[in-house]
Amino acid sequence: MTADALPAQRKQIDTIGLLGRFAPLIFLLVLMVAFWLAEPNFVKPLNLTNIVLQVSVTGLLAIGMTFVILTAGIDLSVGSLLAFAGLVGAAVAKGGLESRFAVGDVTEAAGYGWGLAMLAAIAVGVIGGTLQGLAITWLRVPPFVVTLGGMSVFRGAALLFSGGGPISGFSEGYTMWGKERLFRDLLGGVGLPVPALIFLGFAVIAFIVLRYTRYGRHVYAVGGNLEAARLSGLNVRFIITSVYVIMGFFAGLGAFVLSARLDSAEAVAGQGYELTVIASVVIGGTSLFGGQGSVVGTVIGALLIGVMLNGLQLNNVSSYIQQIVIGLVIVLAVAFDLFLKSRRKT
Amino acid sequence: MMTAADPLLSVTGLTKRFPGVVALSDVSLSVGRGEVHALLGENGAGKSTLLKILSGAQAPDEGSIVFDGRPVTIHSPLAAQEMGIVTIYQEFNLVPHLTIAENVFIGREPRRGPFIQWRRMERETRAILERIGMPLDPRRTVRTLSVAEQQMVEIARALSMRSRLIIMDEPTSALSEAEVTKLMGIVRDLRAEGLSIIFVTHRLDEVMAICDRFTVLRDGRNAGAGAIADVTVDDIIRLMVGRDVEALFARRDDGPTEGAEALRVEHLSRHGDGRDPHAVVLDDISLVARRGEILGIAGLVGSGRTELARAIFGADPVDRGRIFIDGKQAWIRAPHHAIRLGIGLAPEDRKQQALFLALAIRANISMATLDRLSRGIFVSEKAELAQVEEFRKALNIRMASPEQRVALLSGGNQQKVVLARWLALRPKILIVDEPTRGIDVAAKAEVHQLLYDMARSGIAVIAISSELPEILTISDRIITMRAGRITGEILRRDATEEKLMRMMTLGDTAPAAAAE
Ligand SMILES: Nc1ncnc2c1ncn2[C@@H]1O[C@H](COP(=O)(O)OP(=O)(O)OP(=O)(O)O)[C@@H](O)[C@H]1O
Ligand SMILES: [Mg+2]
Repeated sequence: MTADALPAQRKQIDTIGLLGRFAPLIFLLVLMVAFWLAEPNFVKPLNLTNIVLQVSVTGLLAIGMTFVILTAGIDLSVGSLLAFAGLVGAAVAKGGLESRFAVGDVTEAAGYGWGLAMLAAIAVGVIGGTLQGLAITWLRVPPFVVTLGGMSVFRGAALLFSGGGPISGFSEGYTMWGKERLFRDLLGGVGLPVPALIFLGFAVIAFIVLRYTRYGRHVYAVGGNLEAARLSGLNVRFIITSVYVIMGFFAGLGAFVLSARLDSAEAVAGQGYELTVIASVVIGGTSLFGGQGSVVGTVIGALLIGVMLNGLQLNNVSSYIQQIVIGLVIVLAVAFDLFLKSRRKT
Repeated sequence: MMTAADPLLSVTGLTKRFPGVVALSDVSLSVGRGEVHALLGENGAGKSTLLKILSGAQAPDEGSIVFDGRPVTIHSPLAAQEMGIVTIYQEFNLVPHLTIAENVFIGREPRRGPFIQWRRMERETRAILERIGMPLDPRRTVRTLSVAEQQMVEIARALSMRSRLIIMDEPTSALSEAEVTKLMGIVRDLRAEGLSIIFVTHRLDEVMAICDRFTVLRDGRNAGAGAIADVTVDDIIRLMVGRDVEALFARRDDGPTEGAEALRVEHLSRHGDGRDPHAVVLDDISLVARRGEILGIAGLVGSGRTELARAIFGADPVDRGRIFIDGKQAWIRAPHHAIRLGIGLAPEDRKQQALFLALAIRANISMATLDRLSRGIFVSEKAELAQVEEFRKALNIRMASPEQRVALLSGGNQQKVVLARWLALRPKILIVDEPTRGIDVAAKAEVHQLLYDMARSGIAVIAISSELPEILTISDRIITMRAGRITGEILRRDATEEKLMRMMTLGDTAPAAAAE
C-alpha cells in the first residue's frame, strides 16, 4: 500500500511527452540540415553568427515576452515601446532634445554618453511596462486590450518625439553595443557579435530566474491557475504587473541595442516585431494559455525563426513569401502543441 | 438481484500502463443486470482508470470487455453513450461559462430544424433537477455553482441520457448528507427500472446501504469481490488495505476548549453574490476559535460555511465585521494578508482553487511555503523534496516521483497534495474545507490524526465537512449554519447526528445560541 510497491515498469517511455518537449529543437536541427544541403554556405561561422545577431533584438524581447505569456498575458506594444525608448535613448546620447538632430558623430562631451542613453532607453521601457501592468491589474482591462492601446500610444509618442526624422550618428562607444564582435580568436576569426552575447546572457539569467527562484515559481503559478495562486497567498497583482515591467526592461534594452546596431533610432523601428516576438515564444513551446513553457524554448524559437528567414534569404525567396511562411509556422506550432496536449490527456 | 450467469458487463484481463505506473494489471469485473455494483479501493488503486476505459475515454493495453453478451471495443465516449454506458466522472467535465441547461444537453441539444429549442431544454433540465432534489435555475452559468451543485448537474446530465449502465465515480464525495440521501433514492429507482450501476465511493456506509455486490482493487489488481450481504465494513477495509486495521477512527479525546483565543470574528456580514445583490451570503456571524481546539462547522450545501471560511481568509470581500487574531484586530483584504497573519485555508474545490495541474507535485506542495523553503531568492530543491517526502509518508500519497505533474495523480492523491500544502504551512489558524473529500478510509484516518497533532501543538483548527460522522469524530466544538447564519453551537460530547441535523435544518427554532 505504499508508493514503494509500484511495479517495476518505470522504463516505459513517455513518447508524446518527449516529443512535445524536444519538438522545437528537433525541428530547428532538421531545418538547419536541410538548408545546409541546399546551400553549403549556410553553415559558415560568419553566417551562423549573423543569424544569432539578426535575432538578438527580437530574441531579447522574446525573453521578456516569455514572462508575460507564462502568466497567460500578452504584450502587443513591444515594437512601439521599443521605437519610443530607442528615440529617447538616442536623444540623450545626442545631448538632449535640441541637439538631437545634429548630424554626424557627436563627441562624448556634447551628448550625455552611451551609458546614460542606455539607462534612459531602459527607463522608458520600464515606465511604459509599469503603466501597462498597472492598467491590467488595477483597472482590470485585459492585457490584449491594454497593450493594443499601448501599441498605438507608444507609436504616437515616438512619432511625436522624433518630429519625423531619424536620430543617427552616435559615438563609437554607443555603436559598439550593436556592431562590435568579441572573442575574435573564436570561430576562425569571426568572433561573437555583442548583441548576440547580450541576448544569450540574458537568456541564461532569465532561465535561472524562472527555473530556480521563488519569483519564477510565482510566475508559473499565476499563469497555471490564477485563483489557486491567489489562495496560496501569492500577491498576484504584483506578479502580473512585474512581468510587464520586465517586458518593458527588455523593450528598452532591445531599443538601445538596435539603435546601436543601425547607428540610428527612428519612429518606425520595431514595426511588426510583436509578431516575430510572440512567434518565437509560442514556437518555443510556451503555452498561450499560461503556466507552461521555458526560456530555453524561446531561444530555440527565436533561432528557428532566424534560421528560417536566413535560409529563405540565402535561397532568394522573396520577403513577402517569408512573411507568409512565418505566419503559417505560428499557426502550425500552436496546432501541434494543442494536438500533443489532447493526446497527453489519455 | 442479478444473475451471475448472464451479466450485463464482464471485463477480463484488463491491463493499463502509464509512464512509470501500471494502473491496472489483469483486472476482472462483472456487473449483473439491475445491480448496483460497488467498485472499491484505496486512492490510486485504479478505479477511475478502469471506469475511464469502460466509458471510452481511455484505451486499455490488454484485456477484453463483454457488454450485453457481445464482445466490444469501446473506441470513444460517444461509442460508449451509444451502447448505453453513461459516466459521471470524478473530475467534472462541465463547461464553466455555459448554463446548466446547456451543460446538461451539451452535444445533444433538442432542435427544430437548425434552431435549438431553448425552452424545451430548460424545461427538461428543470424537471431533472427537481427530480434529484436540486431545484436550481437552469439558466445559471455553471461557474457560479458550488462543488456540490456542480456534482448534481453532472448527475442530471447522466440521467438525461438513455442508458443501461450508469457509472458513477465518487458522486457523493462533494455532497452533504441531504443530497446523498436523495441520490440514494434515485439509485434505487434506477435499479428498480432494471438499470445497472457501478458506484465508486470512499464512504463505506453508503456501500452497505445500497450496493448489491462489490469488487475491490488494490495496487491495480483484483483484491476481492462478492455480495455485500456476506461482508462487513471491516472485511472490505481489510481487502482494500491488505492488512488488519484496528481502531481506524480514533476519536479525539476531549481536547482543551479553554485554550487562549486565537481567532475572533465579530458581526461579519456579506450581502450579494454576483447574481442577486440582496442575497444573504453571511449574516452577522460572530465566533471564536481557540488554540488547541478543533472547531467543526456543519451545515447543508449553500449554508454559507465555505463563504465564511473564504471571508475570514480574505478571499472574498465582506460588507461589515471585524476579525481579531490573538486579540488584535486584523486587516485582511487578500489571502496573502491572511497568510502573513497566520491563517491558512485548504479550499474545497481542488481543481479550480488549489491545484496547478501543469506543475510538478513538488511545486504544488510547496506553493504556500516557498518563503521558508528558499535561500535568498532561490528555492531550495533539497528542502522541497524533503517536504514532499514527509507528506508522502504521512498521507500515503501514491506518486511515480515528486517531479510528476499533479494532473496525473488519482483524485484522492490530488486532494492529499492540497492538504499537504496547507499542513506544511503550519499556520496559527488552519481552516480546512472538506479536507477528506475523495480520500480513502485509511488515509482519512491519517488526515484526522494529523489534524489532532496540529491542534495538540497549539494550532486552532476549523474544519468544515459535509459528513456529519466526520464532524462528530474530529471536532471539540461544533457550530451549525443555515442560510448564512449561525444557528447553534454545541460541544461535541453533547452532540449527536440527529441534534446536528435539527440545528442545521430548523435553525430558526433551535436554541439560537450563537457564539457570543
Ligand atoms: N494519465 C496518467 N498518467 C500517468 N499516471 C496516471 C494517469 N492516470 C492515472 N495514473 C495513475 O494510475 C494510478 C491509478 O489511478 P486512478 O485514478 O485509477 O485511481 P483511483 O482508484 O481512481 O483513485 P482515487 O480513489 O484517488 O480516485 C494512480 O497511481 C495514478 O497516479
Ligand atoms: Mg478516482
